[in-house]
Amino acid sequence: MKIAYYPGCSLHSTAREYAASFEAVCDKLGIELVEPDDWICCGTTPAHSTDHLLSIALPVENLRLAEKMGFDRIVVPCASCFQRLKTAAFEINQARKLFDDVNKALDEPYKNTVKILHPIELFLEPEIQKSLKELSKPGDLAEKPVACYYGCLLVRPPKIMQFDAYEYPVKMDEVLGSVGIPTLDWRCKTSCCGAAFSLTETDVVIELTQKIFEEARKVGARAIAVACPLCHANLDTRQEEVERKFAANYGIPILYFTQLMGLALGIEASRLDLDRHLTNTRPLLAPAC
Amino acid sequence: MKLKPVEASLSSDFAEAIKKASGENIYICFQCKKCTVGCPLMFAMDMTPTQIIHAIRQGVDIARIMDGVKIIAQQRGIKPPVISVPAFYNAALTNVKIFGRMYELGLIADLKRRTGEFTKDMGMGIKMFSKGKLKIIPHYSARARRIFNRVKQLERNKP
Repeated sequence: MKIAYYPGCSLHSTAREYAASFEAVCDKLGIELVEPDDWICCGTTPAHSTDHLLSIALPVENLRLAEKMGFDRIVVPCASCFQRLKTAAFEINQARKLFDDVNKALDEPYKNTVKILHPIELFLEPEIQKSLKELSKPGDLAEKPVACYYGCLLVRPPKIMQFDAYEYPVKMDEVLGSVGIPTLDWRCKTSCCGAAFSLTETDVVIELTQKIFEEARKVGARAIAVACPLCHANLDTRQEEVERKFAANYGIPILYFTQLMGLALGIEASRLDLDRHLTNTRPLLAPAC
Repeated sequence: MKLKPVEASLSSDFAEAIKKASGENIYICFQCKKCTVGCPLMFAMDMTPTQIIHAIRQGVDIARIMDGVKIIAQQRGIKPPVISVPAFYNAALTNVKIFGRMYELGLIADLKRRTGEFTKDMGMGIKMFSKGKLKIIPHYSARARRIFNRVKQLERNKP
């Protein structure tokens, strides 16, 4: 299978682990990922907070690039990019005038033929589910339950995302379940981590993530699985600050769900970038006690 | 955070401006306040969605309204109480316009220049850098700049 792949800026920098592990898992499954030539930033929060037309035109340009290369599907791992691309596609379908304006802003008009997918949706397709179940050898990981953290953008707003049950999503749990990793019921699946306030209003992030760590510990999570570079940054890089502020000791590894999949599929740890995190991920790899 | 009472009542001009900026009709709200009570960031707000909108969820898209209000505030040159947030937006968009993709090191340097908070997160930045999470050499593409310029042109020509 060949599919267009929009990594977005984070997967080339702060979320390199997400790109490395997603690409390794796709490689194992025989899925060929093709980045559109010269893709650009989707504009993310700064664009939609300041300029509506720009916030739609930037994502559509990337869809157009994939379309031009002959693709009818594009897979988007970053939850923020995924939400911006889906929002743009939704809005140009709702308003002809907006679509016309967007096309005037692009190098060439977009014909509106590309479907946007998240890797979770791709991995739940029947053929791929079959391969995942065949290839899975979770070993010790089968004894280590993880908490799936979806955050905000993957599932909301539901009228646009149409991704999963938006108050209590389960699809990431299903994907990890299909490779033999047990997941937990918990109440913070869609809590907010503070997202783009990470660099500016850090106290907000500390306050919000502490609740998430507390709940994950309560249910006995050995790791938190994420699908968003911003969620990862806030939970991983700020965890030590939270521990200091609340005199707590969480030490909860924060992994992209694709890193966990990679481990359960027997991909070498070195290809999954497990040592790029600030919160140590090794406790998860130690033998189950 | 202490909430400010909203002094002026909602003028129809303002409601119209929100409609224009966000596409949302705030008149259909019946003020149940669910948007505000349910928001995990309420503790950090100087004004809650209810205070701004007096509007609620009959299919009203709160997030888009909040974007619309931010856009209006920027157009009218209203000084924000927390300058770091719009500074971040401006730094990030300038960055994308120049490079085509987000160049994190450039963004961080520009944000520090705009806010004057030079030492904030220095330790974390060094750790991330040593983990290879911050790219040294930026990607370069003029594609985004062309779109930024055309969008500006289109918006200037709007009635």
